[in-house]
Amino acid sequence: MMKSPVEIAVSDLTIAYGDFVLLKNVSFEVNKGDVFIIMGASGGGKSSLLRVLTGLVPAAHGKIVIGGVNFTAADEQKRQQIMQKCGILYQSGALFSSMTLAENIALPLKQYTNYSDKMISELVSLKLALVGLTGFEEFYPSEISGGMKKRAGLARALALDPEIVYFDEPSAGLDPISSKMLDDLILDINQSLGTTIVVVTHELNSIFAIGNNSIFLDTATKSISARGNPRELLKNPPNQDVYNFLTRGEKIKNA
Amino acid sequence: MKLNFAQHNQTLELELNGDYLKFDDEAALSTLLMTAQQKNIQNIQVNASELKQWDSSLVVVLYRLTALSKSQKKQLKLIDVPKNLERLINLALAVDRKPSLPSSPKLPWLESLGGFGYDIFQSSKKGLSFIGQCLKSWGRFICSKATMRQVDFLFALQDCSYKAIGIVSLVSFMVGLILAFVGAIQLKTFGAQIYVASLVAIGMTRIMGAIMVGIIMAGRTGAAYAATIGTMQVNEEIDALKTMGIPTTDFLVLPRIMALTIATPILVILADFMGIIGGATVGILMLDISAPEYYKYTINALDLTNFLVGVFHGLVFGIVISLCGCYFGIYCGRNADSVGRATTQAVVSAIVWMIVVTGIITVIFEVLGI
Repeated sequence: MMKSPVEIAVSDLTIAYGDFVLLKNVSFEVNKGDVFIIMGASGGGKSSLLRVLTGLVPAAHGKIVIGGVNFTAADEQKRQQIMQKCGILYQSGALFSSMTLAENIALPLKQYTNYSDKMISELVSLKLALVGLTGFEEFYPSEISGGMKKRAGLARALALDPEIVYFDEPSAGLDPISSKMLDDLILDINQSLGTTIVVVTHELNSIFAIGNNSIFLDTATKSISARGNPRELLKNPPNQDVYNFLTRGEKIKNA
Repeated sequence: MKLNFAQHNQTLELELNGDYLKFDDEAALSTLLMTAQQKNIQNIQVNASELKQWDSSLVVVLYRLTALSKSQKKQLKLIDVPKNLERLINLALAVDRKPSLPSSPKLPWLESLGGFGYDIFQSSKKGLSFIGQCLKSWGRFICSKATMRQVDFLFALQDCSYKAIGIVSLVSFMVGLILAFVGAIQLKTFGAQIYVASLVAIGMTRIMGAIMVGIIMAGRTGAAYAATIGTMQVNEEIDALKTMGIPTTDFLVLPRIMALTIATPILVILADFMGIIGGATVGILMLDISAPEYYKYTINALDLTNFLVGVFHGLVFGIVISLCGCYFGIYCGRNADSVGRATTQAVVSAIVWMIVVTGIITVIFEVLGI
């Protein structure tokens, strides 16, 4: 697939809930085709940053540019247009429980395209095949496992061929094998479809397996304390916190 | 974004030029497939050297063309098709398109009837077992052994008592008003409109007050019980209680039943009073009955037995509504849809059981001469 020059540029972003500032003057860029990891300790604002990037929560200050369009200054209609280029996989999959998997995936297609029913049905099967859920079209979310729910959620996120896919803690609640399968799937989608991937996670195995760029959110300074390829960060940690995080603090005990 | 194709001898050539994004021209696709199906076409060639941007819709187009060529044994040649596009086409081809779930077989009528009867038996058993568990919880409470938090009871009591005062007052006032109006139309014809006072007083205290409170509380509190406990079921909180060895009936059901059983009779008294006020409003303002006269006829009509019958109905309704609300909450499924269904069932069954119970009480009181 030919890629359009999609990138996410965040500048001077501040996230606050009332007087409580979670992140202050954060700036970073996600290049097209990146698997970009947002990492940091629990409560560091990773998920909040994702909610701001996806427009669920307004930023207190700062600018987000997605695909060359100012997302923070965009009106509701413009935002919807931008969000159509973005797919999101929520922690639990967030599938609609009263709909079958096929209906879940068909929903954005029916909303935003003029495809015929046959075309939609073909696309639904294709998306399910892409995540390894061939034949599960008529199943309800309650009838499948947690890992399958995440994969079905991913199929829904991919329904409109997004240029960016956001993942909120994709490994949460999954066994190591399912988690590895999801990581492989993320890489596969990134490589075969050229999709830009933004992953919020603190799962070290996933971070090293899939990430080629990252930021580390520091709870104390409420800012980014490291950025770059996670494997490079492990080799040359810029500070003790990043080192502790990437080694689970185990080496310190041994030292 | 067009499907440019041409026929050269026995070969159908499809040229993909430029962008193919959200391709939804079904007519063009049908024409292409129809042409490809022709007997004189032996080879199909897809040239994608000029292809720029594409998405899943192009995958579906090429998948259909590939599937057709395979089924009709025609040669397909893909020229300069991007590797990832080819991979997706192969993936689409590998999809098993047979229905994944077997459709349930139709049962013979006798077996269906048997199944229906068995379902009723099972649900009755489940309902009775739930009532049994509630009675056990009550027993444990009497012996001070129930795991019930006092604060839960007080919260439930607050929610179903003084927070319901406004709606109960308003609805009862309106019902009194309507009762007086409807009664007056008939009584006026033979000049007996003064008996509107007696009609409203007896009607409200004997049954109408209790029924109205029952319906309001079923819709308001019974539904809330089912939704709250149902959501706890979805969040696995009920599983957590069970694994901790805490009886769910002690912890969740008992405080709610006790609160509603205490609150409903009190609300019935309020409803009786507000209904009479509503009736008086019509009587005094529209039927020209003087206030002292209306008061006198109301007092004469008021009877302690009727009043207590109404309050007793309220007490029973409180138990019925809370039992229905908690039962459907506890046996709720594990998704958002189930919570909605549990709430609906709680309200509907509470109202149906209230009517059934009213019938039973009426017959018993009739026999007892009350």
